[in-house]
Amino acid sequence: MRIDAIMIKREDNVATVLRDLHCEEDAAVSAGEAQERIRLIEDIPFGHKFAVCRINQGEQIIKYGEVIGRATQSIDQGAHAHIQNIESLRGRGDLD
Amino acid sequence: MGYQRTDGKVGTRNYVGILSTVVCANEVADAVSRQVQGTVAFLHQQGCCQTPVDIERVNATLSRLGQNPNLYGVVLISLGCESTDVSRVAETIESSGKPVEVVIIQETGGAARSIAQGVLVAQKLAQEASSMARTSCPVDGLVLGLKCGSSDTTSGLAPNPALGIASDLVVEAGGTSVLGEVTEFIGAEHLLAKHAKNPEIGQQIIDLVERMENRAKSVGADIRGGQPTGGNIKGGLTTIEEKSLGAIAKAGNAPIQAVYEYGEIPQEKGLVVMDSPGREPEILTGLAACGCNVIAFTTGRGAPQGFPFVPVIKITGNRNTWEKLQDHMDLDVSGVMEGTETLPAAGKRIYQDILEVSSGKLTKAELSGYTKAMDIYMVGPVI
Repeated sequence: MRIDAIMIKREDNVATVLRDLHCEEDAAVSAGEAQERIRLIEDIPFGHKFAVCRINQGEQIIKYGEVIGRATQSIDQGAHAHIQNIESLRGRGDLD
Repeated sequence: MGYQRTDGKVGTRNYVGILSTVVCANEVADAVSRQVQGTVAFLHQQGCCQTPVDIERVNATLSRLGQNPNLYGVVLISLGCESTDVSRVAETIESSGKPVEVVIIQETGGAARSIAQGVLVAQKLAQEASSMARTSCPVDGLVLGLKCGSSDTTSGLAPNPALGIASDLVVEAGGTSVLGEVTEFIGAEHLLAKHAKNPEIGQQIIDLVERMENRAKSVGADIRGGQPTGGNIKGGLTTIEEKSLGAIAKAGNAPIQAVYEYGEIPQEKGLVVMDSPGREPEILTGLAACGCNVIAFTTGRGAPQGFPFVPVIKITGNRNTWEKLQDHMDLDVSGVMEGTETLPAAGKRIYQDILEVSSGKLTKAELSGYTKAMDIYMVGPVI
């Protein structure tokens, strides 16, 4: 199966896409040796992330098995996860 | 398969090092190494007209480079009037059981005579070195240096996490892995600190980052602000934590056993952190000084540098870089980006290559000799 997106660690709740993906695609996501399919509900550009499960407002965003930020609003499964719905816990450069 | 040294360490190479003790002796060191097979020169820009703290660092770094297990013996090329304490450097290297010769340009009578004398002593050491054979050595003798450079979107997704898996395998086999590039910790230092084996070592990691930031602030630069950059955000990076984690992913999951100053030789096995900036000439020298006998270097756009006497394995996740920079790249993990290879599989392949290179397979940087522009990390001004 061709992989469209990668979860660096199994415990991640976001996956990074390996090429431009489109709304309503069933993205093939790899996590280590495991794979699953997730329906995208938005276009996701190369290098960007989407939620692999629903993430509630205030919940931590996990990538590399670590906390990379917090959801500023609920993010549905398959939705684009980026600066519009995630904030750093360390201050964010583009707002400084 | 490696070279067993008398101090118990293992070399993956068996060179005679021609070490310049000051910038003014570089020409002679370079000329000697060009004329004697089996030798390599280490050239740098330091050793004189510097603050005491930096001169001490030059002394320590040259001493430790000379002790690197990839060197059979050392020829020090000195000008004569420099600040470097050449006799102390020579004694320290000798104490590790290696033959050391010193050529002093001002005493010998100029470059031409010094080159001739240097060539003669280097020939003698190189011939002795050539009679040594590789023997079967356990993997726990590996000291792996970790480095990334000229990064792009692929770096944090494929080569860095894959190298992290390889680094964990080295640590599991009883070896040592060294993470530098303290500037890259910024924003994720609190997460890295959690990987320390105890809170004291975690605090040392946070202190290292603060020291690096304060050094930049002392010349008016805020290296934390503005991260991630607008370009990073457009590329998909959301937070500074994510950006820094992409870089430190190459250190894997092993607990951090200790934190060391630049070039300090680790006393522990396992994953350790060394103070160092990220720029190639300084960090590659720092890794070599702390005893790394092999270095794994991930790159996105294609960083060419190796090191004179430590093999540097170049790993890219960018297919275009792999195809365009064939004379610099050693390993292609772009299959991870294309979905044809898993991260664990890529990590195992990197680990296998580390073993093969350590047993003698030449890297592209060694084949091309792209190893000369090195330096020592200085903290004070030139006077």
